[in-house]
Amino acid sequence: MAERTHREPQRRDDDVSDAAAPAAQDSSEGTRLKAELDDLLDEIDEVLETNAEEFVKSYVQKGGQ
Amino acid sequence: MAIPKVCGIETEYGIFVRGAENDPVAASSLLVNAYADRLGSRPGWDYEHERPSSDARDPDLPSPFGVGDPELESRLVNTVLRNGARFYVDHAHPELSTPEVRDAIDAVRWDAAGEEVLRRSVELASRHLPDGAEIVIHKNNSDGKGNSYGCHENYLVDRQVPFGRVVNGVLAHFVSRQVVCGAGKVGSEFPGQEPSAVPFQISQRADFFEEQVGLETTIRRPIVNTRDEPHADPMVYRRLHVICGDANMSQVSTLVKVGSTAIILAMIEDGALGDELLPANPVTAVRQISHDPTLRATILLDDGRRMTGLDMQEALHEQALRWFDRFGPESVGAEAGTESLRRWGEVIASLRSDDGRAAAWVDWVAKSRIIDAYATRHDVAPGSPRLRAIDLQYHDLRPERCLAARAGLEDVVPAEAVLRAVDEPPSDTRAFFRGRCLGKFAESVVAANWDSMVFDLGHDPLRRVQMSEPLRGTADLVANVIDESSTVGELLERLGA
Repeated sequence: MAERTHREPQRRDDDVSDAAAPAAQDSSEGTRLKAELDDLLDEIDEVLETNAEEFVKSYVQKGGQ
Repeated sequence: MAIPKVCGIETEYGIFVRGAENDPVAASSLLVNAYADRLGSRPGWDYEHERPSSDARDPDLPSPFGVGDPELESRLVNTVLRNGARFYVDHAHPELSTPEVRDAIDAVRWDAAGEEVLRRSVELASRHLPDGAEIVIHKNNSDGKGNSYGCHENYLVDRQVPFGRVVNGVLAHFVSRQVVCGAGKVGSEFPGQEPSAVPFQISQRADFFEEQVGLETTIRRPIVNTRDEPHADPMVYRRLHVICGDANMSQVSTLVKVGSTAIILAMIEDGALGDELLPANPVTAVRQISHDPTLRATILLDDGRRMTGLDMQEALHEQALRWFDRFGPESVGAEAGTESLRRWGEVIASLRSDDGRAAAWVDWVAKSRIIDAYATRHDVAPGSPRLRAIDLQYHDLRPERCLAARAGLEDVVPAEAVLRAVDEPPSDTRAFFRGRCLGKFAESVVAANWDSMVFDLGHDPLRRVQMSEPLRGTADLVANVIDESSTVGELLERLGA
């Protein structure tokens, strides 16, 4: 895989993480979210617009409030 | 003592026509008209008492709009719904204002009902479109190209509290609350900055604020808006018009956004919020916090300290817990106040410990997880059009396209309660009277607005019923009278109106 910067919002601050460390007690919730994310990634190309990139380019709104 | 935090949410939706001319004003009008026609009758909006150019700092300041209020003139297509909401066209967007609600849980419920109204209006309007054309609606706040549109909140505030105290009290929260309820965005739209300079940020709106305090909402947007238009007895109330928030797909985010803000305002009224968290440069701070989804960026406070947005939220929540112990949650609703405080604390704790639970509650966290995972799996560079498409489609209201609906977000209000709220008004504010009168006597309602209704009795001059007290006109007070009246004349007579 090519070198690139990639954000890791789930590993924000190791010091704080270690200090608090309640992650274990919520592992079932974490597992559920991870499984749902995997499912979403499996189907996302079907859910995304056929020409998603074209659509996002043409998506222009008038400014509002 | 804090007064009841009656509140509401106004959302300007993004609108796009495919397969036909993309005219947002015509398409927005089509949506509102198609929905209103389904209801059979369509009372107009009554502009009596609308004064968007009145400034809370000084009512005699000259209007920045010059002569007349363009915001009023552009509101051409307007209707009032049986649930007490207002559905209209504003600035080339369809906009839905929820009815006045008593607490944050009901704000979630009627905000979600508003999404359903938009979905139904799209379906109704589609019959009037050429074959192959469709109207696409997004509940977002920017097009990624520098154009923004708002999701505003409104809160009832005690007129006796000096406006300067409200401003100093809310600034710390308005700068930092995006951490617990921002909707997330790929790229920067800050003028002069390359979009790619910020691969992902916390808030949809942060790039668009230029002033700390001010009257405008479409240019030079201020963090604290001073529009002084209470839609209620002006001697007793203010309405704080909050324009700095993001439109949320996550119900927990909406609950935390509205619930925490109602609590902060109640704390200000109770004299229970200090100003030790006042940011030194609020406009810069909003952006500094938004542009760092690692949550490590610190901002400068007025007293010289530096804190992260999450630190500020934690400190505000701790003060809120102390306020709660001393004053109780009645001003923000017993159940909703307790629930908002709990959820707010859980979101902060999850972001602090990084346990992953926030992905089911906070839009920006849920969105960034999808974008990160997609980028990793397909080896896509940060900020690429593919990731922008995922960002946009997170907010897409089409059930078959909406990514938020597939993100594992936790609901606050059961789906059947949301569906009932499409046609039912809240029972515990004046919206009950407005909604019920429209449900029963629609053909006699000529016009309505937030604080009055105009009836046509079929003879005599039109009759205006004033509703300047937001907590009158509730089911407890008027349900029987409305039920037992067979005509509007009888209703008005029994009300002594």
